[in-house]
Amino acid sequence: MNIHEYQGKSILKSFGVAVQEGIVAETPEQAVEAAKKVMETHKCDGVVIKAQIHAGGRGKGGGVKFAPNLEKAKEVATNIIGMQLITPQTSKEGKKVHKVLVAQDVYYPGASPTKEFYMSILLNRTTGKNIIMYSTEGGMDIEHVAETTPHLIWKEEIDPKVGLRDFQCRKVAFNLGLSGNAFKEMTKFVASLYNAYVSIDASLFEINPVLKTSDDKIIAVDAKVTLDDNALYRHKDIEAMRDELEENPIDVEARKAELNYVKLDGNVGCMVNGAGLAMATMDIIKLSGGDPANFLDVGGTANAERVEKAFRIILKDKNVKAILVNIFGGIVRCDRVAQGIVDAYKNMGSIPVPIIVRLQGTNAEEAKKLIEASGLKVYSAILLQEAADLVKKVINN
Amino acid sequence: MSVLVNKNSKVIVQGFTGGEGTFHAQQMIEYGTNVVGGVTPGKGGTTHLDRPVFNTVADAVAKAGADVSIIFVPAAFAADAIMEAAEAGIKVIVCITEGIPVKDMIAVKEYIKGKTCRLIGPNCPGVITAGEAKVGIMPGFVFKKGKVGIISKSGTLTYEAADQIAKAGLGVTTAIGIGGDPIIGTPTKDAVELLMNDPETEAIVMIGEIGGSYEAEAARWIKANGNKKPVVGFIAGQTAPKGRTMGHAGAIVGGAEDTAQAKMAIMRECGIHVVDSPASIGKTMAAVLKGEKV
Repeated sequence: MNIHEYQGKSILKSFGVAVQEGIVAETPEQAVEAAKKVMETHKCDGVVIKAQIHAGGRGKGGGVKFAPNLEKAKEVATNIIGMQLITPQTSKEGKKVHKVLVAQDVYYPGASPTKEFYMSILLNRTTGKNIIMYSTEGGMDIEHVAETTPHLIWKEEIDPKVGLRDFQCRKVAFNLGLSGNAFKEMTKFVASLYNAYVSIDASLFEINPVLKTSDDKIIAVDAKVTLDDNALYRHKDIEAMRDELEENPIDVEARKAELNYVKLDGNVGCMVNGAGLAMATMDIIKLSGGDPANFLDVGGTANAERVEKAFRIILKDKNVKAILVNIFGGIVRCDRVAQGIVDAYKNMGSIPVPIIVRLQGTNAEEAKKLIEASGLKVYSAILLQEAADLVKKVINN
Repeated sequence: MSVLVNKNSKVIVQGFTGGEGTFHAQQMIEYGTNVVGGVTPGKGGTTHLDRPVFNTVADAVAKAGADVSIIFVPAAFAADAIMEAAEAGIKVIVCITEGIPVKDMIAVKEYIKGKTCRLIGPNCPGVITAGEAKVGIMPGFVFKKGKVGIISKSGTLTYEAADQIAKAGLGVTTAIGIGGDPIIGTPTKDAVELLMNDPETEAIVMIGEIGGSYEAEAARWIKANGNKKPVVGFIAGQTAPKGRTMGHAGAIVGGAEDTAQAKMAIMRECGIHVVDSPASIGKTMAAVLKGEKV
C-alpha cells in the first residue's frame, strides 16, 4: 500500500526522523492559512506547495512550486488543487490533485552550502536482508545516477541478527562526505529512519532528497513510503491512511470483492485461477495476436458469485473485445466452475463480447459438456493451445 | 530415489485440525502419503483423521518419528510454525501459507540458517513425488510417474506443466513448487541442484516469473555445471507492466534484469530450451528428449 508524502512524513517524525515540516490543505483558502502558520512557526520567507499524489516526478509536471508570500501561495494552490498532474510516473491522463502539502522553505542561506542526498531502504531479495541504498547525487532520478555514475551509489546491508549498527550509520555519513555536526545529525537520521522502516513493516522507503541545510541539519524533504500489504493487519492506524481517490475505482471494487485484479491497456480480458497461470494466460493472449486487458486471479473458489463479480469488473473496461477464462481445476472441480459461469451468464442477462472458456483438470470433460449443453454462446476448449487458437479466431472475426 | 519426499517420508501437518489442514491432510492420505499425525497446540493427546494430534512439533518428532512437515497455519502465526519445525529437527518443511509479512520471513531465513532443514515455500503448492508422496495441495492425478522433474513458483502453472508432460507421453519424478514470495526457503537454483543430482530425473522443467533474480542465478549454475540434463524453461509475465505486482508478492518488475525478456535471454545463453508459449512446455520436452532440435 502506498501513502502520501504528508502521511509518510508524519510517520517518520513520530520515529524521531527530522522532516521538512508542513500542513496539508484541500482548498486554496486552507492553503493560505497553512502558509501563514508555517511561515510564522518556522520563521521562513515563503513556502513550497506540493501536490499530494501517489507518483514521483511531481516537480517535472508542475506539481511543486515555491511561493514567496501569501498572495502567491493562494495563486499556486489554486492552480495545483484540482489539476490533472502528469508526471513521468503517471499514466498519460495524469492524476487529479485533491490535496497539497504547504511546506516550510528549507533551502535558506546560511553558514555552509546546502547539499542534497538520496536514501532508500528496501529488501535485497537475493540475500533476504534489508539494505540502505544511498548516494551523494540527491534530488534527481536514481535510475539515471545508476546508469551514469554507479560508483556514487552505496549499499549497506543489515544483518537481521543484530540490526543496524552504529558503525554502519557512521559509514553512511562518511561516504556522504559529511563532518562536524552534519555528520552527527546524519548518523541519527539513518538510525531513526531504519527503526521506522522496521517498526511499521515498510517494503520501501525512498527519501529523495535528504537535505543537509545551511545550518547543518539533516532532514527528509520528500518521503515515499510503501507498506507491506501482508503486514497491514498489525498496523491498523496506517491502513486507515489508505486514500481510495488515488486508486483506480475498478481496482478498489476488485479489492473489496477479494479478486486480484490489475487493469492493463489491451483488448482481451482474462479470468484465471492462480497468479502464475494468469500471467502465462496474458502472454498467450499476446502470442495469439491480442493484447491482455487485465490480470485477474479468481483464486481457489471460482463459484458463480465470484465469476459473476469478475465478469462485471472485466466488462467495466470498454476496450475489452473478448474474454478468455482459463481455469486449471485441481481441488476445484471444473464442472462446478462451469456451472458458475453458466449461472453468472444467466444472472447478467447478456454479455456483449465473445467468451472463450478453457477448463482443464478435474472433471474437465463434464465441464465442457455442461457449457455446450447450456446453449450459451461460449467457445469451449480443454487444451491451452486450443484456447490460444480460439483467441486468434475471435480477434480476427 | 526422487527428491525431498518419498513413500518413506513421515509427514506431519501443522494446523492439522483447522479447515485447510483437515481437507488437505485427507487428500494427502488418500494419495498414499504417509501422514503420521499432526500438530495443534492444546489438542495434544486427541486423534484426528485416525491419527495422533501433538501439542508440539518436538512431540511429533519424538513420538511419531516425523521428518517432514507441511504447514497450513494462518499467516500471522506461520513464521513461528516454521521455526518450531526447524528447531524440532524436521528435515523438510513445506509452508503452504500465503501472505506472511516480509519482516517475519527475514527472521525465519536467519533462524533456519545452519539448521539441518530445508524450507520449501512459503506461498507454494508444495512438493509431490509422483506415485509416492504428495506433500502439498496439488491435484495428485495430474502427476503421472516418469522421468521429468518440475520446478515452479506457481501452483496452477505447475499443474499445467505436469498435464502437458503427461499428454506428451512422459511423466514426473518430483515436482517442487518453490513459491511466489519475495523471500523463499529454496530458491530456483537449489531446487535445480536437487533434481540435477537425482539419478531418476532425466530432464527438468523450470518455470519462473517476473521479479527477482532466481531464474538467472539458476541458469548460470546450470551452465557452470556443464548442462548435465536438458532443461525446458518458461517465464510467465512477458506482458506484465513495470511496477505493478502481479498476484504473487514477488512478481513485480523493478530493474531491467527483472523482466521476463531479460530472464529468457539469460536462460537461452545458458543452454536452456526456453519456450515463448506456456502451451509448448510438454511438446518441447518430448522433442528435446527425442534429441530433436528445438
